[in-house]
Amino acid sequence: MFLLRLSLTQLLRDWRAGELRLIGLALIIAVTSLTTVGFFTDRVNQVTEIQATELLAADLVVSSAEPFGREFIEQARGLGLQTALTVSFRSVVVFADRLELAEVKAVQSGYPLRGRLLVSEQLFSEEIVSGTIPEPGSVWPDPRLFQLLDFNVGDNVNLGASSLHAAKVLTYEPDRGGDMFNIAPRLLMNLADLETTGLIRPGSRAIYRLLVSGPGEAVTGFRDLTGDYEEYDIRGIRDARPELRTALDRAEQFLGLAVLVSIALAGLAIALSAQRYVVRHFDNCAIMRCFGADQGMIIKIYFIQLSVLALFCSGIGCAFGYLGQSGLTALMQGLVTRPVPEPGLTPVLVGMAAGVVTVLGFAMPQILRLKNVTPLRVLRRDLVPQPLSNLGIYTAAIGCLLLLAPWKSGSVDLILYGFTGLAITAVASYLATRLAIRWLNTLRSGVGVAARFGLANIVRRAGLSMAQILAISIGVMVLTLLVLIRTDLLANWNNRLPPDTPNYFLINIQPGEVDAVRKFIDDRTGVAPPVFPMIRARLMTINERTVNPDDYTEERAKRFARRTFNLSIAGSLQDDNRLTAGEWWGETGENLFSFEEEFAATLGISLGDRLEFKIADKQVAGTVSNTRWVDWDTFNVNFFVVANPGTLDGYPASYITSFHLAPEDRPLLIDLVRTWPSITVFDVDSILRQVRGIMQQVVKAVEFVSGFTLLAGIIVLLAALQTTHDERRYETALLSTLGAGRSHVLTGLLAEFALLGLIAGIVAALTATVAEMLLAEFVFHMDIMINPWVWLITPLLCTLVVVIGGLAGTRKVLSTPPVLALRQY
Amino acid sequence: MEQTSKYIIRAENLVKRVNGPAGSLTILDNISLAIKYGESLAVTGVSGSGKSTLIGILAGLDLPTSGKVILDNMDLTRLDEAGRAKLRNRRVGFVFQSFQLLQGLTALENVMLPLELAGNGAARDMALAHLAEVGLSDRSAHYPNQLSGGEQQRVAIARAFAGTPLVLFADELTGSLDQETAAQIVELLFRLNSERGTTLVLVTHDEAVATHCSRKLTLDGGRIRQPHVPA
Repeated sequence: MFLLRLSLTQLLRDWRAGELRLIGLALIIAVTSLTTVGFFTDRVNQVTEIQATELLAADLVVSSAEPFGREFIEQARGLGLQTALTVSFRSVVVFADRLELAEVKAVQSGYPLRGRLLVSEQLFSEEIVSGTIPEPGSVWPDPRLFQLLDFNVGDNVNLGASSLHAAKVLTYEPDRGGDMFNIAPRLLMNLADLETTGLIRPGSRAIYRLLVSGPGEAVTGFRDLTGDYEEYDIRGIRDARPELRTALDRAEQFLGLAVLVSIALAGLAIALSAQRYVVRHFDNCAIMRCFGADQGMIIKIYFIQLSVLALFCSGIGCAFGYLGQSGLTALMQGLVTRPVPEPGLTPVLVGMAAGVVTVLGFAMPQILRLKNVTPLRVLRRDLVPQPLSNLGIYTAAIGCLLLLAPWKSGSVDLILYGFTGLAITAVASYLATRLAIRWLNTLRSGVGVAARFGLANIVRRAGLSMAQILAISIGVMVLTLLVLIRTDLLANWNNRLPPDTPNYFLINIQPGEVDAVRKFIDDRTGVAPPVFPMIRARLMTINERTVNPDDYTEERAKRFARRTFNLSIAGSLQDDNRLTAGEWWGETGENLFSFEEEFAATLGISLGDRLEFKIADKQVAGTVSNTRWVDWDTFNVNFFVVANPGTLDGYPASYITSFHLAPEDRPLLIDLVRTWPSITVFDVDSILRQVRGIMQQVVKAVEFVSGFTLLAGIIVLLAALQTTHDERRYETALLSTLGAGRSHVLTGLLAEFALLGLIAGIVAALTATVAEMLLAEFVFHMDIMINPWVWLITPLLCTLVVVIGGLAGTRKVLSTPPVLALRQY
Repeated sequence: MEQTSKYIIRAENLVKRVNGPAGSLTILDNISLAIKYGESLAVTGVSGSGKSTLIGILAGLDLPTSGKVILDNMDLTRLDEAGRAKLRNRRVGFVFQSFQLLQGLTALENVMLPLELAGNGAARDMALAHLAEVGLSDRSAHYPNQLSGGEQQRVAIARAFAGTPLVLFADELTGSLDQETAAQIVELLFRLNSERGTTLVLVTHDEAVATHCSRKLTLDGGRIRQPHVPA
């Protein structure tokens, strides 16, 4: 009790005296950034969990690329299961002279078997639960489609050959493919109307789903029965994994990494402040030791003090984090379409624990020095405990960061990249500072006395200068890099493509329509686009060994092993393809296949392998004769697998083409889809815009969280200044007694901070540019010009931050009367 | 407490050497002395003569390189640091030149400190009584930096006597005070000392202060100038 009271009394006093303010601030920043992300991901997790239960809209969903036979459906009913059919496909919806690609779902009465449909009578009016599906002749578009096409409830829209009445606004459907991203607007229709639209023809790209629900045993029985149908994809609740999860997981990892960088910098600030705090408590400890406190008691007192401080500041951090997450949620608005539930308490517990771990990891090694204060110090003030071993400090700090790193399966690489990036920045800062210090030394004789004093300060406290430069440059570098990603990389991604790059894809062109469609486009644009056959096939065997999805570990490979994909036929190698192995085929009677190299690697297929595909109900076999590298960025039609002419003759095929359409020529698409309603138009521009929009939002969110990194960097600057505070006060007083005026001292400080900021800014600009170039090369696959603004704005920003922060941190130095400073020293 | 010897402190052949850049330096050179219960001893000598080192060792704040110190029948050189801390808490009091008050604690809390370290449940009341004895009842809630030098030293004296020590070590207790205040402090210390019958070991430069003591010992280059013969 006495220990607790003593610890709290001292804590309160130290807090009031400002001794612990920076440790507290650093901690608040660390916990705020951590809980901001924690609260946010907690909310998103809740959404996805809710989604998972109703994701399927059924207990079991069987998907197929072909319509289900009547007999199959009867089997389900025979087991006492409820059923509902849905057909999903993409199609153009037309209103007046506008058209938009939408995700259409035709549903049968009874849908959804699990979960509920939510609709509203008017756009943005109150959401109500619907117990029915659209009446025949009517459709329920979602709000986005209403907005994009600018029509109202009650208007008629054209879908294929039909004109349908928009009766309600669809606000939520449970099984929207587990995809909460707004890639395409949606439209719900009655299955009974599907045929009259003329949209679905043999070979059309559509997904047929049979939804079933009922008693668990019956569902399991039906699942077993369905296993006999190879062409069917079965998904039960346990298979439901929203694809969104992967995207959000990725975002979460980036956010986690940004948080970790903030914590690392906050830790550095805490360590620096703790160092000073400890030195200032040598006397206290000596007195307590003198009066009989043993080493254990000293440690306990400070341990309690730090823990209470950590809990208090973490509490404040959690409160700020709660505010911060609403900012983050606002930034991510639109990405998550469901109303987001309030966050739970877990992030608070994590935040509190992380706060304690951070303080103990970074400050406790310093505090341990206090137990070694000899009581003899009460008589001889020159007796100070041995400095800490660096090994101990680094081990504790790195251990702490490893503990707090957002470890998750799949995030290991990212964390390692992050740490490597940080290490490189640290080394760059170190080298730059070393160089700068050398350079500054040569400058000293050429500047005035005040500036010389400033330069001397940087050189003399090289270690501290390095810490400051490192912290500020990391903070600014992360922010600069994110701005560069947003402005240079994302905004220009695909803008650098040639102007005639295809921006529209037409799929589902029937064999009999190919010539007419080409002629139509040629007549209207002057270019007859190349048309490629697409044959849906499923890979059955590799070298006579059956392909089994379970043999693959990679999710992508499993998917390709399980599903059908498109084959094409090519006589010659496309311009945007390059052979990487084997030879292109000539005239031959053999069946040959050419694989895109990455695709071949994913499936473990090599040159010379004998493959067997199943197309409709026939089998076709052939040999892999070459692999290709494909330049996907051309947006030309390309295929993972193509066969030589002859191999796939006579198999059912639909055709695909891509072409460039100027914005003013868009109306031709309306005529096109009216003439050939079953053709699906893909607007690449709008898809890219949407994808880019999502990425921009994610980057903005990371940027928001990285703001904390810069704040933590500033706290490091202040902490470093605080450690030199007494010394500076003494020196300033000394200078003053020697006749230096306030302006001299101020000039010295300005010179010091401006130079520190400039060096940090150059390091930040350099590392951000290198990182951007690496990202451009390896992630975005684009050439990037070095952005000259970075080299101007970043050093300027850094200089400003350091000068303002530095002067704020040393204002007391300037305001202390010299006599007082000399007396207290 | 059983008193098996009439000496509260006996030091035998104390040697203290430290290793510096210029080699080994002998600070105390074979010092032996004995101090009786209730006696007051002034230790004088020029700067660097080893006064502070000597009382540091006698009080159990430090260990000699060789030799031994018996304090209240306990061999300090055989105790570990925790044992010496306990002994300091129960039997020893200190007053220093620079007061050495804990800046974060009020006057009252400073006086309570040794009592609380000893687990005394009535620490607050006892500390208040001690503060009253040094005339600082009305200053109990003040922090050290709100007190004058003389007041701080009085708090330090109250704290030193709070633990009812058997022996009190005072190191240049008037060194930081003006003459008038110094005289008041000396008067206070000796009054309390005689009231409680505490043994007093006092390091001082000031001959006038030294004359208040029953005995004087002068150090010179780590040796006792006037060999002390136990009475």
